[in-house]
Amino acid sequence: MKRRSSFSRFKEKMIEKFFLLNGLLVVFILVGIFYLLLNESLPTFQEVSIVEFFSSTIWNPTGYHQQSYGIVSLVFSTIVVTVGSLIFSVPLGIACAAYLSEIAPPKAREVLKPTIEILAGIPSVVIGFLGIVLIGPMIARLFNLPNGLNVINGSVLLGIMALPTIISISEDAINAVPDDYKKASLALGATEWQTLVKVTIPAALSGIIAAVMLGMGRAIGETMAVLMATGNAPAFPKSIFSAVRTLTATIGIELGEVAYNTTHYYSLFAVGLVLFVMTFLINIVSDWVLNKYEEAE
Amino acid sequence: MFSRDVQQKIGFGFLRLSALFVLFILVVILYDIISKGIGVINWEFLTTAPTHGMTKGGIFPAIVGTFSVTVITALLAVPLGMFAAIYLNEYAKQGRVTRIIRMSIRNLAGVPSIVFGLFGLALFVQILGFGTSILSAGLTLGLMTLPVTITASEEALKTIPNSYRNGSLALGVTKWYAIRTNVLPYAIPGMLTGTILGLSRAAGETAPILFTGAAFFLPFLPDSPFSQFMALPYHLYVMSTQHHDIAKVRPLAYGTALVLIALVLSMNMIAILLRYWLRKKAKR
Repeated sequence: MKRRSSFSRFKEKMIEKFFLLNGLLVVFILVGIFYLLLNESLPTFQEVSIVEFFSSTIWNPTGYHQQSYGIVSLVFSTIVVTVGSLIFSVPLGIACAAYLSEIAPPKAREVLKPTIEILAGIPSVVIGFLGIVLIGPMIARLFNLPNGLNVINGSVLLGIMALPTIISISEDAINAVPDDYKKASLALGATEWQTLVKVTIPAALSGIIAAVMLGMGRAIGETMAVLMATGNAPAFPKSIFSAVRTLTATIGIELGEVAYNTTHYYSLFAVGLVLFVMTFLINIVSDWVLNKYEEAE
Repeated sequence: MFSRDVQQKIGFGFLRLSALFVLFILVVILYDIISKGIGVINWEFLTTAPTHGMTKGGIFPAIVGTFSVTVITALLAVPLGMFAAIYLNEYAKQGRVTRIIRMSIRNLAGVPSIVFGLFGLALFVQILGFGTSILSAGLTLGLMTLPVTITASEEALKTIPNSYRNGSLALGVTKWYAIRTNVLPYAIPGMLTGTILGLSRAAGETAPILFTGAAFFLPFLPDSPFSQFMALPYHLYVMSTQHHDIAKVRPLAYGTALVLIALVLSMNMIAILLRYWLRKKAKR
């Protein structure tokens, strides 16, 4: 009897350890991704100087006379397209979240909630396809261009893809504002609109900021839509009508064609590492903002 | 300036318009794809392979490929996600380890899909030697889906009241026995909901399979987990950017897009209906 109970206690311990190990697996994977990216990137810098990598604006690894590995224009393109997407998705997303949380009748919620879920579920390759067949021609006609594969197209697509994230997290944040705040404001004679703009949204601001950052993280890391719809010119964008190539699109296009274990191959892992670090930092900061906001509650 | 009431009318009008606009975006997307894709879809399109340099024929191998790869994804992401969730909700104590695990889950969810593609290429294709194959691609997508399955499973476990656990613990059974017999059976339907959502997203992903196993064109169906495969999302990418006669294959691309959306959205729908049904059952 005694032996059995000590065996069963041992068994219980092992079961708990087994589940702990599964929990820790996520940490291993995250560290593993970082480690492998770093490990596969480093050989790049036997041939390419780190300074060139981070300061040259010319990305031309297949140049016949001279190869060039500078990611500045790729980083800049990524930022331009992302900022462009936020210009319309942030106001639209916050307004939609405010509508959902403050004034939508139940019927409208029942339509809008699944709409956002379905929008979030559309595969990025389909969004990219629409960039080619629908939004591109629209842009070309509107601005009288030969084709619509450019910065604006990418921004519109990324904005659509960031919308569900921005809406649902902002809505949670606005919902979490205590009713007392609103009641106090209304009791002082403010209208519902004034209460929303001057009390509720400022009170939810940190949550909304986190929502915007997560949306931005999605936009920076999105591959297929920008790969298909921004024209893929690895150069510094001159205007919003320029074709560009982002960090993600560069990896997407070139890695399929490159021979394994060449400098070009390794350099694409270095691009991936830059991308990983960028999105990691954005996630950490938005995490921190959200935590601060939960503590303040 | 406007009076306060007019100001409110304009303000609320703007919010309504924004919500309508979001709905409008979805309607335009679905309308364009359904109206132009539906004409291509017929039994032959769904059950035959592409022929004549992909300008004719169907997408059967791509459907089979996407299905096979999703099975591997599920085999990896569902059990591991459940186990990790059981740890977090049933065993974990507040502390540094738990905090680090939670932070890692959130960060893993934010890692760009193309970076998972790089990781899968380095780990599964190269280091573990699985080559470009269904296995490599499925495992890559599985890792990508893990944060979703963990979070979903944990949400489901959270809805099980503590009285279920305490009731059986009070009878003298071990903790694992209580979890296994009195918590998991009630949590599993809820776990399924989120898991299906995660798998539907994986089925529609392209970037992680670009270099881990998806093939431009294959005349035969895959015969083992180590074969390359055609996949619906990659096929759509190929048909709309890589094909030499893009105008000619445009209708087929629309058809592929429609099948892909229908597949992903019906998985979503199953999950949403399942959740709705569970909530109704919980209320009773």
